[in-house]
Order: sequence, then C-alpha cells, then structure tokens
Amino acid sequence: MPSDYLPIAVLIVLATAVAFIAILIGHLFGPRRPTVKKSDTYESGMRPIGPGTRRMSVHFYLVAVLFILFDIEIIFLLPWAVVLREIKILGLIEMVIFVLVLLVGFVYAWKKGALEWE
Amino acid sequence: MDIFLLLEWTIKSVVIILIILGGFAYLTLYERRANARIQTRIGPNRAGPWGLLQPIADAIKLIFKEELIPEKSDKVLFILAPVITVVPAMILLAVIPMGPDILGFKIGLADGINVGVLYIMAVASIAVYGIVIAGWASNNKYALLGGLRATAQMVSYELSLALALVGPIMLANTMNIREIVVAQKGLWYIILQPLGFLIYFIAAVAEVNRAPFDMPEAEQELIAGYHVEYSGMKFALFFMAEYGKMIVICFIGATLFLGGYWGPFVDQVPLLGPIYLFVKVVILLFVLIWIRATFPRIRYDRLMAFGWKIMLPAALFNVVVTAAIVLLLEG
Repeated sequence: MPSDYLPIAVLIVLATAVAFIAILIGHLFGPRRPTVKKSDTYESGMRPIGPGTRRMSVHFYLVAVLFILFDIEIIFLLPWAVVLREIKILGLIEMVIFVLVLLVGFVYAWKKGALEWE
Repeated sequence: MDIFLLLEWTIKSVVIILIILGGFAYLTLYERRANARIQTRIGPNRAGPWGLLQPIADAIKLIFKEELIPEKSDKVLFILAPVITVVPAMILLAVIPMGPDILGFKIGLADGINVGVLYIMAVASIAVYGIVIAGWASNNKYALLGGLRATAQMVSYELSLALALVGPIMLANTMNIREIVVAQKGLWYIILQPLGFLIYFIAAVAEVNRAPFDMPEAEQELIAGYHVEYSGMKFALFFMAEYGKMIVICFIGATLFLGGYWGPFVDQVPLLGPIYLFVKVVILLFVLIWIRATFPRIRYDRLMAFGWKIMLPAALFNVVVTAAIVLLLEG
C-alpha cells in the first residue's frame, strides 16, 4: 500500500532538517575570518598548480558502463528470486541463460583489459 | 489523516535519528578505545569515566571551529554534498524490524513495506552522489580524485552487495524484511548462506570505504580524499555519514543473515528482541574495527580487480547454486 511509505517520508523530512540544522549551528557558532590564503584551494601548503578539475582516466567511465549493465541484471534477479518457487526449474534455466549472455560480455571486457588498472 | 498516526511516525523517526546520532558519537569512542587496546595503548580516557564524555567534547570542538568554503568551489553544491551523504545513512534504518510486536505495538517504522530489500539498495546508492558531488564541488585535485575513486569502488562493490542480498530473498520468498526475519525463526540464514554472508560483509566494508578498502581516503597520498576541503560541522556530517553507514550495514547484516531479533526466549519475553539485535550489531561493529586494526590498505588496482574478478563471479555463483538447491529440495 502506498500509505506504508508515508512514515519514510516523515523520516526523510526530519533527517534532512537535522542535517541542515547541523550545518546552520556550525555557521552560527564558528568564527569566520577568511583571508585570501585561507580560502585558496588546499594543496598541502603549496600554491595550487593548474585547475582543480582536470581530465580523468577513461577507466572510470568503463567501470560506470559495466556497472550499469550488471546493475540492470541484478534488478531483474530480484523479482525472479521472489517468485522462484512458482516458476520452478524453467525459471532457473532461463535465468542461467540470461546470466550466461551477460557473462560473455563480461569475459570480453575482461580480455580487452577493461578491468586492468595501471 | 490520523493525527495520532502522524505523531507515532514522528516519534519513531526521532528515535531512529537519535540511534544514528548517538550510535555515531559512541561508535567513534568505541573504535578509538578498541583500536587502542589492540595496539596496546589506552585510548581516550580523560573526559569523564572511561572517556565517556569524549564524543561530547569532540562535538563541541567541531561546532566552534571556523568553517572554510574555498573561493573556487561551487558553493551551493559544496554545502549540499554533506547533506546528500548523511541523509541516506539516517533513513536506511526505517525498514529494519527492531523487534517483535510488544503487547500488540509495532516497533519498526516501516519494516513491513513489501520491497524492503530493494529500498535498502536504492537508498544506499544515493550516498554515492554525495561523495562524487563533494569531490567535484571542492575544485581540488585531491578531492576530485578521491571522489572518483570512491565512486568507482562503491559502484563496483555494490554489485556484489546486491547479489549477496538475493540469497535471503530466495530463501524467504519475499522482499519484505519483517517476513524475512520471521522466516529465520528456526534457522539463521548465515548457516544456509555462509558464502553470501561473507560476500555481503566484504562488499559492505568496501561500500562504506573502511580500511582495508579506504583507498579513496588514503591519508598518505590523497590527504583525505573527497572531504579534504571540508571543516567544522560539514566535516562532522561526512564523518557521521561514514559511521552511520557502518551502523546501518551491521543492522542489515544482523537482520538478513543473523536472525534479526531472534534469540532464546524471545517468544515468551518480546522485550528481549531489541536487546538481541543490539548485541548482534555491536559484535558486527567490533569485527569492523578489528578488521581495520588488522589489515593493511589494499592497492587500488588490486581492490578493483578483487571486486570485479573474484567477488562478482563468486556472488553470481552463490545465487545460481542457492537457486538450484532451493528447487532441488522444495521444487
């Protein structure tokens, strides 16, 4: 029932309020004496070199793409796990085929070196 | 809408938030004391008896600290990031059944929702946003690199974590966490799912970026990762999120694998239920601290290789074998 989720909405509102109040308390009670040096980007005491956001390794994108593939697989696995006893052995065979198809892609990514980090 | 119902939800929500806040404060003390004992030190023991007032002293110190917001940062996102990180840690506890009904009164806030396990996974994923936003909004190379590393690590281990949760769903035939706990009355699922529990626990340690998987926060090379630019209460919120998540993963592990609130005599005295759950959570928390004190940090390439090449195939194997055995014995 949708009304089962209303208590969670109450909790979310309260939790968000607590988080903002914590930040507000810090703002109210903490001293604020900013100087140019203080509000500069921190780099172990050295003067910052170059911009803060720079190009990142392509591996992070590969991991993200692989994650999406497998996360969708897991989303399919969840309802399947709930009704496993009703769909019986046929359901298991279908799921094994589905996982095997994904595993082919996984092995391909593995052999191509998508999982290696230098 | 019934005003008393709203009041009941508000009180339960406040209790859950207090569990996380109080748990966070005393978990830091517990960790420092336990770590110190493992390293044959004494740990904080000056503020109050056994150092019990130490967390309060720490909180007061953090409140009166100067907060720096870097000139080049994205200010709105910079302030929002700790909120986005800490709220999921606080609201995850809503679906955990805290105990059996006491005199017909339900203790949990929303433990009866029929997609409880899905809720856990969905909310746990939101915390990743907070970390990547913090890394990006700081406009600092170390923070960005730490945030990216944390994101890659968390999404990698989230797969194994989610697959490990499929085992209990299959055994209990439901995603409703209250029913999963009821189904564990005779036999805890750790006995039927030993590999599943091991995968869950390892993946959960990686999910909260704890040692030995604390590469994103490596003090020696990244100076603290995504929260390097944060100070004062905003830093405290990140800290609270990390320790809150530690508490929550122990609650989830105890609920789905260690029988939740079940223990001897819970049928006769339902009040024992929450106490058993608390004891189980504290034991799991000790294991987390023990792991941190024992293992050195893993190199980042090995960390990712371990997650993708060992944990993920093992978790898939666990799911398929469990399904086959379930069908063989009952189908």
